[in-house]
Parts: sequence; structure tokens; C-alpha cells
Amino acid sequence: MQEFTYTIKDPEGIHARPAGVLVKEATKFKSKLTLKAGAKSADLKRIFAVMTLGVKSGAAVTVTAEGEDEAAAIAALSANLKANL
Amino acid sequence: MLILQGKGVWDGVAAGPVKIYRPRAAVTVPHTVTDPAAEQKRFTEARRQAQTELAALGKKALAESGEKTAALFDVHQLMLDDPDYVENVKNLIAQEHLNAEAAVDQTAAKFAALFAAMDDAYMQARSADVQDISRRVIACLSGATDAPALTEPVLLAAHDLTPSATVALDKSKLLGFLTEAGSPNSHTAILARTMGIPAVVAVGACLDQLRDGQQLILDGAAGKIYVDPDAATRQKLLAKQQQEQKQQKLLADLKGKPNVTHSGRTVKIYANIGRPEEAAVALANDAGGIGLFRSEFLYLDKETFPTEEEQFQAYKKVLTGMQGREVVIRTLDIGADKQCAYFNLEHEANPALGLRAIRICLTRPEIFKTQLRAILRASAFGKALLMLPMITSVEEVEAAKKILHAVQAELSAAQIPFAKNIPLGIMIETPAAALISDELARHVDFFSVGTNDLTQYTLALDRQNPHLGQFFKPHHPALLKLIALAAKNAHAAGIWIGICGELGADPALTQQFLELGIDELSVAPAAILPLRQQVRNLA
Repeated sequence: MQEFTYTIKDPEGIHARPAGVLVKEATKFKSKLTLKAGAKSADLKRIFAVMTLGVKSGAAVTVTAEGEDEAAAIAALSANLKANL
Repeated sequence: MLILQGKGVWDGVAAGPVKIYRPRAAVTVPHTVTDPAAEQKRFTEARRQAQTELAALGKKALAESGEKTAALFDVHQLMLDDPDYVENVKNLIAQEHLNAEAAVDQTAAKFAALFAAMDDAYMQARSADVQDISRRVIACLSGATDAPALTEPVLLAAHDLTPSATVALDKSKLLGFLTEAGSPNSHTAILARTMGIPAVVAVGACLDQLRDGQQLILDGAAGKIYVDPDAATRQKLLAKQQQEQKQQKLLADLKGKPNVTHSGRTVKIYANIGRPEEAAVALANDAGGIGLFRSEFLYLDKETFPTEEEQFQAYKKVLTGMQGREVVIRTLDIGADKQCAYFNLEHEANPALGLRAIRICLTRPEIFKTQLRAILRASAFGKALLMLPMITSVEEVEAAKKILHAVQAELSAAQIPFAKNIPLGIMIETPAAALISDELARHVDFFSVGTNDLTQYTLALDRQNPHLGQFFKPHHPALLKLIALAAKNAHAAGIWIGICGELGADPALTQQFLELGIDELSVAPAAILPLRQQVRNLA
């Protein structure tokens, strides 16, 4: 398992459009991908779960990846978050 | 009792409850389904269609307003693919035997509530996105082919019906239909005639005056609809219906009889069909063959181009179904009032004068070649004839022939069997074709007059326009002169000529057509026997 933590900079938090971009990226990988925000967590391949986490600007999120392509997934999602959120 | 007046397109009286059809209206009333697996399949198909629509909208948005707007359609597509959403719908169907519309509606409410309960206004507003995608799926469910699902015999009332919606209707439950808009010359009206469905179009605004289940009597011959008819009207019209049914029975007695006048003149009476399964209807009405198989319905029912194999199967079905009788297959006649989104045809100010029919085939030969290959392959299974629509010049015939010969050479090289000398004919449906029919006759094996378009192009009269009724003169001498000229030139060149337009079934013209030496009349299956009766009554 691999993970990284990132602090959301987008003033609107994880809103619809970047959530879509993030989930679309996540679905390219086979590994189980999870987004944790505080006590709650969501499957990164499920857009309703990711959006209803209600992650706001300034919140720290942790992405965990577990599976055969976890390293690639972590690299891609990290870049994705930095670029969009 | 309320009486509505429109234009009848098929004579006949139909009585029964009305069903109001508002396309894409959400019908989400929950009910129990008996086959949850089938219901899940409906949902899966509707979801797939909604995805296709969203992808198309995304593309359009990208072109029109940029990436940011387009991304929202990506989000919508992801929402529709969300396993939680999909599973919720499927579980409601599987466990509670709920109809798919209600399952989607309830799932939408559940997910919308999740957003509504969030503590920020932006996220609360995302409820609308959930409702939006769900409404789209429900719309696809209530009319995946833009047609209503009929559960009991009804008279359908709609603002308008597209040809593809009309095609997709369950005819066994359709007593008749009425539309606020439309014209007696539209393809929808032609379909009603093909299927012998009593119908009235161009009624004007009336849906708001009707309630589902209300009793109606539709009198196709008079173009009238009686809403909640009183006892006297009911009795009178039901008597009329009985009289018509008697006539139907009488006509059935004509089955198997030759189409011959008292003086011994004969004419072939063939059927016009638009779908492979209508070959059976044609045979049931004693058609001598198929004078017009409109191939475009293979395209109109689809969201992508029909494959060669699909087309081959459809043509083969008609050819084998007609048991050795002639089948005239008209190549693609898309354009004008028959539009297909995936052809990506540019919007035209004058589609009837635009890129349609043979013009599409000659500018996009790959589409034409696929169809020709399919027709030629099917020609090994019956008596196929090939007919080109919308011809205006000899050059077009030559260009089409060149493509046909290339396809024939390909099939020969691949040792795929096909009928070597398939007769090639053309539609005479432009004044140009009629006027140069002497030249054209030297290049083809037969003519078939498409009187609908010939009327439209000769009289400069849009057949879709409901306000031109008083100017629509189907027996205009100019039209009859053009037909006479084409007939004379056909016979001078030793080829045969038929009529496959609506006028072919007009009993007032039968005598004249026979005098012109018209060899074949191709009409809606339900019009075959009335026409035979008319021919047999002539001197």
C-alpha cells in the first residue's frame, strides 16, 4: 500500500469539475484507491462518494492506493491533485 | 361531446381510450414488474443511451463553449457510471420489483438528498445534477426510440410523431393516432397508411383538452375526432366502422384474383414497405412483389451506421420472405424530412433541395458501398432489383453504376455469391428526371415514379408544410404530363415503368394510369386490395 497527503488549495474545495477529473483519472487504475478526509473516506472511483465528502479548501486529504499499479496510481493522482485542486 | 377537426390520413374508424404522449416527459409512477431481469436490462440500455447523448452534448459543449462547460458533461457521465448509483437502481428493481423509471426516480431522490443535506450551498445545488442525469435516463426509458410504450389498445394523441417513433410503436396496441401538428404528406402519415392505422393529423392544439383514458372515436375518412361521444354519435360511427369491416371482408375475397380490367388490361400491384417484417403484411394483402423497400429505416432506427451484415440480414429477410417475388430495394434516401444525427449532415436552409439520397451516396461513397455490398450479397437469396432515388442527371446514374461495378468486382474477387445481373432502376421524382427520361431510359432497366417528391418539386410545394393544403393539387396536369412523358420514353426504350408514390393508390387516377400503360403500381399493403377492386371495376 502507498499513500500521500495533500492540502486542497482550490477556494471552492473538491467541487464537481475537479472531482470529475480526479475520478476519471482514478478509474484508469486497477488498484483500490481511497480518499480520506478527516474521519470520512471515499472510494476514489465513485464520484458521488468523493463529492459528498464535502472537502473544503484548506483541508488535508490522504490518498491511499493498494494493488498491482499502486505506484503509478499514486504518481498520477498526486499530479492530478496538484494541477486541479 | 367535443369534436376536433384535422386531416385524415387513413380512412377507418377507431374507438377506444386515448393515451396522451408527450415525448421525453418523465413518467415515474411506481408499479410492480413481473420480470425484474428484463427491467434491469431496460435500465442498462437506457443508461447506455443517456451516456451516448451526454457524450454528444459534451462534444457540442466543447465546440461551442469550451473545456469548462464540457467537463460538466464528463461529471454527468461519471455520475451515471457511479457504481453506488447504478447498484441502488438495480437493487430497487431486483428486490422490490420496481419499474425502472420509479427505481431511477427514487435513486435520484436519495442521492439528491445526500447533496441537499450538505452544509454548503454549492454542494446543495448539485442535487440538480443528480436530477438532471436521472431525468435523462427516465426520458430514455419512456422512449428509448422516442416512442411510447403501449400496454393496452389505445388511440395515441401527440403533438407530433417522428417517423422513427411511429415505426417503433407496438402496432398491435395502436388503434389509431391523432397529432396536433403534421401533414397528410409526411412520412408519419405515409406510415399510417402503410399499416392501415386510422389517423388524423394537423388537428391543432388539443392535448390540453384531453385526459388519458378518455373515450374517443376517430373518424379517419372525415378527419374528425369525437371526444366523449354521445350515444347517438357513437352508434352512428360504430355502424360506419362495421360497414368498413364488412368492406374489409369483401376485399379479403379478392385475394388471389388477378388485377385485370373488364377489357383484359392487367397491371402489377406491388407493396411499399419500410421494414423487413412488413414483407409478411405485404404477402397477407396479396402483393405481387415489393415495388419499394425503403432502406432508410435501417438507418433511422439506429444511433450509428448499420453494418453491412445488419443490412444484409434485413434485405435477405425480405427477399426470402417474398418467396421469389420481385423486391425493389431503394438505396438510402436520408435527408429532407428524414434526418439521422450520426450522419452529421450540416443544417440546411432547404433540406429538400439539399444533400439527400443519391447525393449523399455519391459524395460519401463508403456509405453507399456498404449498402450495395449488403444488397448484392442478399440478391443471391431472391429476386432483388436495385433502385436509385433523387436522380436528376445521366451523370449521377453513371457515377452510381461505376460504384456498383466496383462493388460487384470486389464480391467476385472474394468469391462471394450474388445475382450477376441485378436490374438497376431509378426513381422519377424530379421534373428533371421526367424531362430527360428518354436519355435516362437508355441507362437503366426500369423507372418508378415517386409521386410525392415529384409533386413537391413540380408544384414547388413543401410536403411538410401544414398550411399549403389549398395549393396541394395532387392531380395537377403538370404532374400527369411528366408521368405520361416518362411512361412514353420508358416504353420507347423497352423498359417498364411503375408508380410507387401515394398517387399510385388513388382510385381516381387508376384508369388514367392504365391508359398511359403504367406497368406496375406499388402501394401501401393495406391499399393493395382496394386498388385491385378498383382495377377490376374498370372497363
